[in-house]
Amino acid sequence: MLDIKNLSASIEDKKILENFNLNIKPGEVHAIMGPNGSGKSTLANVLSGRKGYVVEGKVYYEGNDLLTIPIEERAQKGIFLAFQYPIEIPGVNTNIFLKTSLNAIRKFRGLKELDALDFLKLVKEKSKKLKIQEKILSRQLNVGFSGGEKKKNEILQMTILEPKLVILDETDSGLDIDALRIVSEGVNSLRDKKRSFLIITHYQRLLDYIKPDFVHVLVNGKIVKTGTSDLALELEKDGYEGVSVTK
Amino acid sequence: MKQQELEKSKEYKYGFTTEIESIRAPKGLNEDVIKFISNIKEEPKWMLDWRLKAFNRLKHLKEPDWQKPKYPKINYQGLYYYSATKSSTNKPKDLSEVDPKLIETYKKLGIPLLEQKRLSGIAVDAVFDSVSVATTFKDELTKKGIIFCPISEAIRKHPELVKKYLGTVIPITDHYFATLNSAVFTDGSFVYIPEGVRCPMELSTYFRINASETGQFERTLIIADKGSYVSYLEGCTAPMRDENQLHAANVELVALDDAEIKYSTVQNWYPGDKNGKGGIYNFVTKRGACRGKNSKISWTQVETGSAITWKYPSCILQGDNSVGEFYSIAITNNHQKADTGTKMIHLGKNTKSKIISKGISAGFADNTYRGLVKVSSKANNARNYTQCDSLLMGNKCGAHTIPYIENKNSTANIEHEATTSKISDEQLFYCNQRGLNQEEAVSLIVNGFCKEVLQQLPMEFAVEAQKLVGISLEGSVG
Repeated sequence: MLDIKNLSASIEDKKILENFNLNIKPGEVHAIMGPNGSGKSTLANVLSGRKGYVVEGKVYYEGNDLLTIPIEERAQKGIFLAFQYPIEIPGVNTNIFLKTSLNAIRKFRGLKELDALDFLKLVKEKSKKLKIQEKILSRQLNVGFSGGEKKKNEILQMTILEPKLVILDETDSGLDIDALRIVSEGVNSLRDKKRSFLIITHYQRLLDYIKPDFVHVLVNGKIVKTGTSDLALELEKDGYEGVSVTK
Repeated sequence: MKQQELEKSKEYKYGFTTEIESIRAPKGLNEDVIKFISNIKEEPKWMLDWRLKAFNRLKHLKEPDWQKPKYPKINYQGLYYYSATKSSTNKPKDLSEVDPKLIETYKKLGIPLLEQKRLSGIAVDAVFDSVSVATTFKDELTKKGIIFCPISEAIRKHPELVKKYLGTVIPITDHYFATLNSAVFTDGSFVYIPEGVRCPMELSTYFRINASETGQFERTLIIADKGSYVSYLEGCTAPMRDENQLHAANVELVALDDAEIKYSTVQNWYPGDKNGKGGIYNFVTKRGACRGKNSKISWTQVETGSAITWKYPSCILQGDNSVGEFYSIAITNNHQKADTGTKMIHLGKNTKSKIISKGISAGFADNTYRGLVKVSSKANNARNYTQCDSLLMGNKCGAHTIPYIENKNSTANIEHEATTSKISDEQLFYCNQRGLNQEEAVSLIVNGFCKEVLQQLPMEFAVEAQKLVGISLEGSVG
């Protein structure tokens, strides 16, 4: 699904990722943990195509050279980034945004675009499942949303757009237990043999709800340790320093 | 072929020219030309006198120059003031007599004059250069006593109404362009809605400039008698030409007691090319008088075309409890310029006005909102709410907000809000990440920005306007 080879990324001469390697197979859930400034968000940004980075190395997504594909096409091809800080777009109704997005993706996939009625039916069903109040969907996109609402909205978008590779960038930060549960349930409900997840997080907490297949520890732009979900527990106990020392 | 080249252009899809034989007045502006126009329109003497009075007044007026967008001096003697297709000189009696080339032209523009009857419930008056070529749905409207016809026809057939109202909202002495229009206006629409009648369909005029070196000076007069209602929409396009063409229209609205007029404009005149060459000078005077008590006039404009847009659709709130509204979207891209806004003149008691202006600037464009809210000493409890939002795209464009408030009554309540924002890279990235390309993203954000105004448009045109908003800004982010 995703094969990252010797990926380096820098911003204004500052190296953030260095010779980063990772291979994600269909259906796998990978968690990337690491201290502040270790390059976690940069990884999410580079994979989704955000501008501003000088990037070296190769990333293959379903066999294609990902780094040459425009941002929107990456999304259309199934890469979904749940933002750490979802952006506010005043005036744009959340429902309309989501419908436009879904139809752009459906069109790319050769599916029939949904009309307003079918779309609303779909949204109703999905938001009910996620226990997300439909009310927020008629509001302006992310405008005046609480932190929790913004994150839930990201998860709702994820379930509606049905991506192949989901990147969650610190989606758990700032969430209370209830919201955390909703987010996790959303992710778990989408887990299947084909869909892969890359979960970026500070804390082990989220991994109580979403059990990853692999946990990687990222320090100074490199993976210093890889393990199973037990590694996350270890980290919680000993902190990142303990891990980087053992390496 | 030039024609084909023009049609190929994606930038402005209405930029084609119709090859059709036309009759013109001699070049230049003088008494003889005015007599020529009046004569060819078979006007009564009082109309000619009215025109000449305006022309004499014009000699003493100077072109205003306080506006922000400056333009090279217009050579008024180098323009044609009347241009009509040969076939329309003998006024066609019904659509079957209209030159097929004209019908084809309107079809290309998306205005199917022939199919109109079956397609939608909209009555259309089509003005080609200086002459109205066709008005649809006439019979149905006539049954209700509604008059919807070219103003040249109204002058002949309904002189009492024209005499009573023409020039009462925009006096012939008003200002340079209004006076020029009064002297040389050629055609436009006339609407009269009788007492208590609610016009059963949208009325619409479609203006097309075709001939080169020709100014278009249309004149529209709408009268809503007591307790009546009408919704009117105008659309405009012009071929792509290197020269700047002048469009100086006058639109007068009169709403009597309890009457309501909703006037919507989707203006898409040729804006000039990417480097600012050519394009229409859209210098228009639009004014409505809420003459009766409880009357209401609502202006909605979507201004996407023209090299320079310079207009202030205004409301004179004479009647007690009357309401004036102005909803505006002005989009300027490349080298386009706009100086637009409104005047709300509160004269009656408990009069209310609302101004929602959305200005969008991209490329090297310059966009100015200029508005006046005036409350006279007798206008007790007048209220105004003004909101002016500007959206900038890129670093080379400009947005300006110039509100004037003149208040002579201590009971007045006047509110003004203004914001300026920019489409951020973060917003674009977020949209891109959800599968939208740059253009779709911009269109979505901009349509969200001007939603409050788009919602005011009649349903049939809202979708069209939404698309236009997206198209006008194509290539502005990159």
